[in-house]
Amino acid sequence: MTSIGTKARHFVLEQPIWIFVVLCVVVFSLSSEHFLDIDNFKNILVQTSTIGLIALGLTFVMINGNIDLSVGAVVALAACLAVDLQTLGIFPAVLIGLASGVLLGALNGLIVWKTGVDAFIVTLGAMIGVRGLVFVYTEEQSFFATDFAYADFGISSVAGIPTLGLIFLAFALLMHCILSYTVHGRNIFAVGGNRQAAIDAGIRVGPHIVINFMLTGFFAALAGITLSTQMGAATPNLGRDFELWAITAVVLGGTKLTGGAGSIVGTFGGVVAIGVLRNGMNLLQVPSFYVLVIMGTILIAVLFIDKQVSRNKEQELKV
Amino acid sequence: MSDIKPIENYGIHTAKDQPVLVLENITKTFPPAVTALDQVSFGIRKGEVHALCGENGAGKSTLMKVLAGIHQADGGQIFLEGRPVTLAGPMDAKHQGVLLIHQELSLVPEMTVAENIYLGNLPRKWPSRVDTKKLYADADAILKRLKCNFSARDKVSKLSIAKKHMVEIARALVFTPKIVVFDEPTASLTDTEKHVLFEVIRDLKSQGVAIAYISHRMDEIFALSDRITVLRDGNFRGTVDTNNTSEDEITRMMIGRSLEKTRNVAAGTFGEKVLEVKDLSCAGLFQEISFSIRKGEVVGMYGLVGAGRTEIAETLFGLREPTQGEILLDGESVTINSPTEAVRYGLALVPENRKEQGLVLGMSCRDNITLANLAAVTDGGVLKQSKELEIYDKYAEQLAIKSPSWAQRVGNLSGGNQQKVVIGKWLATHPKVLILDEPTRGIDVGSKSEIHKLIRELAKSGYAVLVISSEMPEVLGVSDRILALKDGRINGEFLDSEVTEDDLVKAISFDNASVQRAS
Repeated sequence: MTSIGTKARHFVLEQPIWIFVVLCVVVFSLSSEHFLDIDNFKNILVQTSTIGLIALGLTFVMINGNIDLSVGAVVALAACLAVDLQTLGIFPAVLIGLASGVLLGALNGLIVWKTGVDAFIVTLGAMIGVRGLVFVYTEEQSFFATDFAYADFGISSVAGIPTLGLIFLAFALLMHCILSYTVHGRNIFAVGGNRQAAIDAGIRVGPHIVINFMLTGFFAALAGITLSTQMGAATPNLGRDFELWAITAVVLGGTKLTGGAGSIVGTFGGVVAIGVLRNGMNLLQVPSFYVLVIMGTILIAVLFIDKQVSRNKEQELKV
Repeated sequence: MSDIKPIENYGIHTAKDQPVLVLENITKTFPPAVTALDQVSFGIRKGEVHALCGENGAGKSTLMKVLAGIHQADGGQIFLEGRPVTLAGPMDAKHQGVLLIHQELSLVPEMTVAENIYLGNLPRKWPSRVDTKKLYADADAILKRLKCNFSARDKVSKLSIAKKHMVEIARALVFTPKIVVFDEPTASLTDTEKHVLFEVIRDLKSQGVAIAYISHRMDEIFALSDRITVLRDGNFRGTVDTNNTSEDEITRMMIGRSLEKTRNVAAGTFGEKVLEVKDLSCAGLFQEISFSIRKGEVVGMYGLVGAGRTEIAETLFGLREPTQGEILLDGESVTINSPTEAVRYGLALVPENRKEQGLVLGMSCRDNITLANLAAVTDGGVLKQSKELEIYDKYAEQLAIKSPSWAQRVGNLSGGNQQKVVIGKWLATHPKVLILDEPTRGIDVGSKSEIHKLIRELAKSGYAVLVISSEMPEVLGVSDRILALKDGRINGEFLDSEVTEDDLVKAISFDNASVQRAS
């Protein structure tokens, strides 16, 4: 029994965001009769799946000590390609959309690796440039899905659970396993935690960086495509600010901006926290601009509390 | 190799005297114009501890990095067990049996001990999963071999520095090491931890592993090594049997001249009490510390790491809040709540860790020196170049800072000159009390005595100086009076003219050493 107790305590210390999620659920359940409802939870799951998918890839990149700001633009690019190219058939169009994300990710990764320019700068450039490409490609037009099967997919369910939600959950589980149980996952922590040590230990840092950027590109593209299936359309402005929400979710989940620490379980908590908060405040009819103010405040507050908690831990160790 | 005499004192057979590693004319240059190693040649035998000495910048660390495959030599040849080899990278060197224990610990803090031990070499299961069971079992076996009392599942960030060193050593044992290179392993270890490390080294040696040991500390070199190789300015100066040499000879080989011992002038007459501390305590760190420093006097504070020395300095400087006691400056009781206030009261603290706490490495010498007292070089909030230069010139001359110009980045200076810049920065604030915490840590022998001389001169010119150190020769060399600290208490106070090394060792090691009040 004690081991369960200490495990629970350990979990709470490592994943403080889940306390916040539970708190939010309790508060919103008490204050809105519509909140505690299966359909509402399905709704939250679908709403969060877009940011969630991006955050999965971003977690890898951030644990590795880098960042990817271009994900929002990749969302738009992949969505536009997948919707516009449906004349080739849905399947090839989706594949092309995904490939565009993976390729751009590889490009980001290679530039970061080979030139040594900071990932923040490289992907900031990519964020601006790719968004430009999207506008060039679309000529500022929105595309609508011609094949109804595409939009139907976005609202479909499997065994009562929304398909898009299931996709997110399945990929979250997969990414968790990769991060926790594979050599690649372990090496990401090493590179982010102490790059020199990793190099000295003979770990080839570059390929890990590139793989992670490719993963992030893939997930951003996937998020763009799932989002466009929800709307049955793609617009060149799709995915604006998504990079900021995804980073927020990842950081809320306990991943360090400097790298070396983080988890998919935490990121999942961060994504859910944002989703629950948005949904709950919506139900309480908080004006949307105030929602932003509250979210910003909460981000800083959660990280402040996290810092206090870990500082206490450090002091305990010293004495 | 016939000129190398067999070493008899620990009974190694002739067959084992074959050098396991031979370096021949190793040259390494760093463009544009630094020759770090110039035609260095020597051999290390199986089962010997081979010490490598030299001042900072003599090329020891570069040589070891060439050995570990981190740098590639530009010229020369490395032979391992008689065969010429190239060590293409750190992993390659490891597989060939050459392992480097890093000076700066090269660990990933957020990972477990086992993950760090097998970093870059994790055991795998299909398809690319980490074989966790094997990982922890193997790691625990290695830790057991090293007699470590911590688990492979502990996070590295929670270990003490000594234990982290053990993890580094454990890492070496994953491979079958032929040569293990230790680069300044004891720099941050306490005495007990040191002895554990020495035992491990002797244990490795008895298993036939060759050890290359780099250190600044003569006592360690003489306690551990079988032979000593000395480098100077990237050149090989010679290899000698430890039993047939002396500290003086090694020092001469290192710096090309003998060091004069600065034993202090008889305690002169000092001015009035500048700093007085009465019953200062900080819960859990130190208790009832009372002492005073007079104008022109150097007081040494000697004790082991963890005895509370740095904490006392930090409390005086307003970085920690005392739980009890009184600080008097010029006879008046003061409360110091922050470093800003400490500076205003005329205190200056030259910190233990100059690169992290003392300097802005990317800034010029001049900018570092004026950093703590910018008010003196500004005119209506605008920085005056001429005033800045004036101050830089003054202290560069007084402290004999060797820098090509005021614009030189501090990060490019040698350790000794960096320390002088830190001291200059504090002198520019016109302090009354100068506190120096480990003033010569990581500084080579030649510059050390220069810093010591400087401290004496500063005292003579009227500062009250407190020198905190864990090196006995340093404390004996610069102080007029010595406070011995043990477990947060003053366990003895001695006049430099009367104290013996024996007294000091007893005072920091035994609780009831006779407490002499010398003032």
